[in-house]
Amino acid sequence: MTVQKPRTRFTTRLDIKNGAVEMTHGGGGRAGAQLIDELFRRHFDSEGLRQDSDQAQLARPQGRIAISTDSHVVSPLFFPGGDIGKLAVNGTVNDVAMAGAKPLYLTVGFILEEGYPLADLDRIAASMAAAAKEAGVAIVTGDTKVVERGKGDGVFISTTGVGVIPDGVELLPARIAPGDAILINGSIGDHGVAILSKRESLEFESEIVSDCAALNGLVAAMIAAVPDLHCLRDPTRGGLSAVLNELAVASRTGMVVDERAIPVKPDVQAACEFLGLDELNIANEGKLVAFCPKEKADALLAVMRAHPLGAEAAIIGAVVADTRALVRMKTQLGGERVIDWLAGEQLPRIC
Amino acid sequence: MKYVDEFRAADLAQSLARAIAAEARPARSYRIMEFCGGHTHAIFRYGVQDLMPGNVHFVHGPGCPVCVLPIARLDNAMELAERHGAILLSYGDMMRVPGSKRRSLLKAKAEGADIRMIYSTQDALKIARDNPSKQVVFFGIGFETTTPPTAVAIQQAAREGLSNFSVFCNHVLTPAAIGHILASPEHDDAGEARIDGFLGPSHVSSIIGSRPYEEPARHFKKPVVIAGFEPLDVMQSALMVIRQLNEGRAEVENQYTRVVTRDGNAKAQALVADVLELRDTFEWRGLGFVPHSALKIREKYAAFDAEKRFDITPSSAKDVKGCECPAILRGVKQPLDCKLFGTICTPENPMGSCMVSSEGACAAYWSYARHREGLPVPEEEDEFGEEDA
Repeated sequence: MTVQKPRTRFTTRLDIKNGAVEMTHGGGGRAGAQLIDELFRRHFDSEGLRQDSDQAQLARPQGRIAISTDSHVVSPLFFPGGDIGKLAVNGTVNDVAMAGAKPLYLTVGFILEEGYPLADLDRIAASMAAAAKEAGVAIVTGDTKVVERGKGDGVFISTTGVGVIPDGVELLPARIAPGDAILINGSIGDHGVAILSKRESLEFESEIVSDCAALNGLVAAMIAAVPDLHCLRDPTRGGLSAVLNELAVASRTGMVVDERAIPVKPDVQAACEFLGLDELNIANEGKLVAFCPKEKADALLAVMRAHPLGAEAAIIGAVVADTRALVRMKTQLGGERVIDWLAGEQLPRIC
Repeated sequence: MKYVDEFRAADLAQSLARAIAAEARPARSYRIMEFCGGHTHAIFRYGVQDLMPGNVHFVHGPGCPVCVLPIARLDNAMELAERHGAILLSYGDMMRVPGSKRRSLLKAKAEGADIRMIYSTQDALKIARDNPSKQVVFFGIGFETTTPPTAVAIQQAAREGLSNFSVFCNHVLTPAAIGHILASPEHDDAGEARIDGFLGPSHVSSIIGSRPYEEPARHFKKPVVIAGFEPLDVMQSALMVIRQLNEGRAEVENQYTRVVTRDGNAKAQALVADVLELRDTFEWRGLGFVPHSALKIREKYAAFDAEKRFDITPSSAKDVKGCECPAILRGVKQPLDCKLFGTICTPENPMGSCMVSSEGACAAYWSYARHREGLPVPEEEDEFGEEDA
């Protein structure tokens, strides 16, 4: 199946160190083939890619499949704790994993801006390869387009992921029921504040690092321990408040969380205080919210805390019957308030 | 978090709640206007009202900087970017406030105007330096807290000879607004006086001190307690107002002693006085034209005054019909009294300024206190209410 190609298909090698993306790299000609060969293929390798075809031809997996797609436009492209490449892999891996699925394959679409340095593109590709390896997924096919200078912002990446759902696992919003416990695997707001702190004129003294991580390993451990998990959701854009509201509406329940139980890092809290942001609305890239029957909550919490990505996991609240689908929070002061969706756009281009 | 959690501690809140319950006389009610949106936000975000006895009410005041800016001035700002081609720089909370025809800075930006959100006036100067061929206008809004940074930016621009930079100055003054509210004879629907006492501004008072409130407190015989923005500050200050009322006093007291002094920040005051001077009158949304309630740029810095540099069309834009923002800003009505509240006016689709900023009373009610009885249920939730019934 594997075709060994000679190393010298092109007269001169791609100058990754000093070169830049050119319009011809997206033109369907030899330059595009060379970019794929000498840059992307140096990092990505899979059975699908080795077929040299316009699509990947893969064996049909056993069981139901989960499929998800996500586009990434984060700015800046490199940030503390990650970059657009790592984000593009983990973001889609996580969306697939939230079905309880084992992610298997990823497809990748690049939209590159003319003039973007190849050295940076090379770093992004290396980062994607490392993230895919760590998550145990194969990048099986891809596409590259180039837009004129000024029409893009360096690099946009779209990824689609396919995974297989183990028999007996059914994670859906409709399964959330009054009495369910609500858990989270760690502190909220890290990603959004890391991005914000990196943006021009908002540098803080201490570096806050994005939580960008692939959660499929943690999910597998959670499902092994509590197969009757009701629902998982990753609180990315819109943060925890958006996820709780979405799921309250979808499951026609209410939710009550305890402010004191929600983990927030002191640096993140300080940055939010300073900037007038609410941690509940801020994006995460390595967090999941889990809903399970109350009597399974302690077992689930224990298995989450035993995993490196769930060391700070906590039970943060409970699902209640409420036809208004309100999400309420017991405040640290001892009062109560609604947690609303974020109105407007708090932080554009966060992922 | 250190220096923050101490002011939000549940056990201290409970003991303050007990002290307030013991102090408040059951035979009367206590209507305390919290002047600032920061107080309003704290009351709702932390559920402070839940810890108050039933006869202690917070009346939400006009101290939300974006809420009191009249539509006409917002239209003028959009005009600077759209008709005069300037780069308009604004603090973030202004971006979504609806102007006339429900256009906002955000919508004007989407339509192509160069409108940018900034976090400080230093960012504004940098953008002016980086774009020497463009006119760069800073949209200065806010109370006495945001005024010194505007004054600094103008001084700095003058020193640097930054000739493409100017300020569209809309800075307003708190004591004038408090006096204006107290001078108005309005009563609530039940015919009761709207306001028994004030929680006075915290950050504003760090600049101007507590002295400027002494005259209105004495003249109108209403207690004023300068109150910090943390929930325990608000509770302690409410207790101080209730004590004054019970003892028949009407003084200016300072709860926020960790920041505020009687005379304030002399350096900041001198800075502002060098650059800005009193306007004869200025329009406030909700309050109308209030004499000596705002600042303009002094003649010696006229080169940096956007109102002088550009030909700005006078506008007589009006609020959306049915929007009760003006009465809510005066404390005469509550958000629930507005027919638009929660029906067609929500934070996603604001009709008036009070629904935009998290410091606005309507947004605070909607976002944080919707679970209380009697609040309207939005349409999509209505649907499953019916199904369940």
